[in-house]
Amino acid sequence: MTQRRLFGDELGKRLDEVLFASHSHRSATRIAEGLEALSRDRQERVLHWANVAAGTYAEIGYQIATLAPQAFALLDDAGFDAWALASLDAFDRQGGRAAMDLLRDIEGFRGARGGALAVAKFSDIEARLSRFIQGLSGRPLSLSADPEAGAAAWTDSETIHLPARLASLPRTEANRGLYKVLAVILWAQTRYGTFGSALVDLQAALAPWLETVDHARALRWLSVLEAVRLEAKIAVDLPGLAAEIATLRGPWPTVLTPMVARLSRPDATLADTLAVLSDCMAGGEDAPLLPHQVKIDPAAALRVRAARVARDKQILSRAINALKGSSGRPGPRDESMAPLAAEGGAVDFNLSDEALALPPEARAAAQSLLQDLGEVPPECLVPAGPGAWQPTERTDGGEGLADQREPDRRYDEWDYRRKAYRKDWCHLFESDVAPGDADYVAEVKRRHAGLIRQIRRRFEMLRGEDRMLGRQAEGEELDLDAAVDAIADSNSGMESSERLFRRRIRNERSLAAMFMVDMSGSTKGWVNDAERESLVMLCEALESLGDAYAIYGFSGWTRTRSDIYRIKRFDEAYDSTVQARIAAVAAKDYTRIGVATRHLTELLLRQPARHRLLVTLSDGRPDDYGDEYRGHYGIEDTRRALQEARQRGVRSYCITIDRQGADYLAHMYGAAHYTVLHDVKKLPLKIADIYRRLVS
Amino acid sequence: MKIETLAPQLATIAEEPYYQAIGDETALFEAAYARRLPLLLKGPTGCGKTRFVEYMAWRLKRPLVTVACHDDLTTADLVGRYLIVGNQTTWVDGPLTAAVRAGAICYLDEIVEARKDTIVVIHPLADARRMLAVDKRGEMVMAPDSFMLVVSYNPGYQSVLKEIKPSTRQRFVAVDFDYPEAAVEAGIVATEGKVDIDTARRLVKLGELTRNLKGAGLDEGASTRLLVHAAQLIGAGITPHAACTAAVARALSDDPDMNGTLDDLVRAVF
Ligand SMILES: Nc1ncnc2c1ncn2[C@@H]1O[C@H](COP(=O)(O)OP(=O)(O)OP(=O)(O)O)[C@@H](O)[C@H]1O
Ligand SMILES: [Mg+2]
Repeated sequence: MTQRRLFGDELGKRLDEVLFASHSHRSATRIAEGLEALSRDRQERVLHWANVAAGTYAEIGYQIATLAPQAFALLDDAGFDAWALASLDAFDRQGGRAAMDLLRDIEGFRGARGGALAVAKFSDIEARLSRFIQGLSGRPLSLSADPEAGAAAWTDSETIHLPARLASLPRTEANRGLYKVLAVILWAQTRYGTFGSALVDLQAALAPWLETVDHARALRWLSVLEAVRLEAKIAVDLPGLAAEIATLRGPWPTVLTPMVARLSRPDATLADTLAVLSDCMAGGEDAPLLPHQVKIDPAAALRVRAARVARDKQILSRAINALKGSSGRPGPRDESMAPLAAEGGAVDFNLSDEALALPPEARAAAQSLLQDLGEVPPECLVPAGPGAWQPTERTDGGEGLADQREPDRRYDEWDYRRKAYRKDWCHLFESDVAPGDADYVAEVKRRHAGLIRQIRRRFEMLRGEDRMLGRQAEGEELDLDAAVDAIADSNSGMESSERLFRRRIRNERSLAAMFMVDMSGSTKGWVNDAERESLVMLCEALESLGDAYAIYGFSGWTRTRSDIYRIKRFDEAYDSTVQARIAAVAAKDYTRIGVATRHLTELLLRQPARHRLLVTLSDGRPDDYGDEYRGHYGIEDTRRALQEARQRGVRSYCITIDRQGADYLAHMYGAAHYTVLHDVKKLPLKIADIYRRLVS
Repeated sequence: MKIETLAPQLATIAEEPYYQAIGDETALFEAAYARRLPLLLKGPTGCGKTRFVEYMAWRLKRPLVTVACHDDLTTADLVGRYLIVGNQTTWVDGPLTAAVRAGAICYLDEIVEARKDTIVVIHPLADARRMLAVDKRGEMVMAPDSFMLVVSYNPGYQSVLKEIKPSTRQRFVAVDFDYPEAAVEAGIVATEGKVDIDTARRLVKLGELTRNLKGAGLDEGASTRLLVHAAQLIGAGITPHAACTAAVARALSDDPDMNGTLDDLVRAVF
């Protein structure tokens, strides 16, 4: 659909909205004239970027619009985007001067971009692609970039490795498409059994060529043949996607014709591929190279898979044993269980014809086993009898650097193995964050001026939700109900009330929000930057909303040294001291998150509000020095702490930045709602919206 | 003085609404009805709760009174109020009172949206007393055996301000609703959307893909309702791509990045 161009006066009006809200002395007419000759698409592009840039710094927006006609003379659309974006990058890193210089030197920019026009970068597609892959399948797969030139695309069955840059096709768009196709093929390898199942052992099948000169050739053939088979599989449920792959690869090379005939069937399995593979290896030829060639590394994938299968089996057996234990049924023999694999990979279990409600974690494990092995191993389903399975009891290690000071508080910690609390286990120390750069907040506010304006407006609307109070002695309008009652009363001879009016009053929100910010070492870098910026956005939002709020950071170094850092107490104003503390939020040690949750819940409970909300901002798994808190223990303790909070009337919401996939999150956050952000950089943009949804 | 009473006439549902049973919900509803227990339907948006109640009302041959709750809903809006007609004071029953008097099924949709002080009027109605206090008239309306109270609520909402109080929720028999399994949902989409079963299957596949993104950028995946909408557009001659973009992708998210991913998913299926 092509739309007509905008005329000068229309352009002028829109530019005014974008650029000159606060600079009325300037006029957009001249710029508008320059843009009139551009196509509508390009006009919209210019308006878009001018708007984006103006949100950061009005002058850049102005320059982009002014220079756009010249820029389009030298750059294509993608080039124009890159040029505008580069100026914003320059501003962030080096300030306004550098941005202006970059914008003016269009020629130079084009030169520097040079042959790079067709390159697609992993970082540009990562967020969208990782969401897409997550959409395709339940089991989380993470994406990772390999910066080496000419790096292969491959997967170890948990991470999809892709080259950091792709330039093998002539256009950027096509290379982006190639990223998607590569990722999909690798996803399909994990989804449709390229690494074997309970019935087919890939390692054994490849053994004849292992450590021979033919090993690499066998793997190349395997990759190509699997590409044929998997495409047919994909076509069953995702025909559009299969068509996209087919378009990108073009016709199969003619040498593949007989193989395609054998493998391009939706019911073909790895066993079929292996049969064809032996035939190919019997001939001396090498496999053809495909445009969407991926590498298969069976050793790496099988290693990762073995670890995962062992873990999943353990989770599942434990869950089933726990269910058995609680069902109090007699002897194990009559309790064989049949897994029912429904379509779409959902798994249900029957125990003597009774549906079993597996906890989500175990359900996910069963699903994952089904995907890896094509079945749920029978040994998981046979009850082990009492005491056969015991959690591995670790020694009570992890005694860290005992602090000389007396802790401010001690808290219990939940030990899931004992199913009991460890009394006064964690020593908590509370201190202020030492103030940092006094100008930091002002700088963030300048950089995000547009966004902050928007946030403030939205939040003021929230606060503006008023309520009508009826039957008032005075007010702005008549209360019909009251009036009718009054007439009825007087008709029946009773004395009638004089409270006949409605009055508008501000709704009392009565909400106290506590923000708990991860200051563990793993947040160093991007995450920490994003956290600090997000705090600024939050403060802006909450100031316009008027909710009571506090901000604390947490970090820790073993149970005897859990730190809580005060950034803003409930009774402190959002003043320069608080702002300087926000600037100084830094990455410290580890993530012992349970004790922090308990302490801040405690503080929150002292607030006289009707609703209490605890919002956690963290970057993933609980973790602490000495290995004990890492893994299951920490997850269970965190889960428990959130449940305790919930029971005491504190609602919690967790915002997690976890790029590693989020298999454990649903379990850990059990009692809380949560959201996962894959792209840290988005946090500052999203945080206010997340909060708004929570409280409206 | 005599006060006139206006009671709205309630009609039963004449034609059988299309409802595809998912589990044992029909039997549960009938049992609750027989034992005069109120029912709470929990489930994500657009999964068939309203349709189910319509269907049950038809099946039990009771009139159905539906009230969509919102935060300005007052007790008077539910119970009734006086009006002046001519020079006469007239009492008009609210939907709840009307339903109680007529022995109808009263369905309060999205009960969490209602204000807490409004909700309490249903408390005596939702326990063994089964009566409604019409304070303004000093009247107690006893519910006949055929009266049934049904409320719905979407537990997926994240707002801390919107939760059912335990004293309310513990009066109800609760039934969980969710999107049905793929084959069943495809049947619903095909029937409701008037499309062929292959198209319906693809739409359901799309729904499944978006539901995988719940919590990872989407608050909720596509509901059965959205899939039906997309099917209806396709039936009206819109291309599947355009129909899914409009009825599913754009309906789920405003975020440009998320929209990009949703477009990819639409293109993967069609
Ligand atoms: N089991 C079903 N049988 C028939 N139609 C269904 C079924 N489930 C969903 N639908 C279709 O989905 C649409 C949405 O269902 P409905 O309006 O009952 O949702 P709801 O659960 O009440 O949603 P909300 O919570 O948003 O009110 C219906 O109009 C119908 O087309
Ligand atoms: Mg409804």
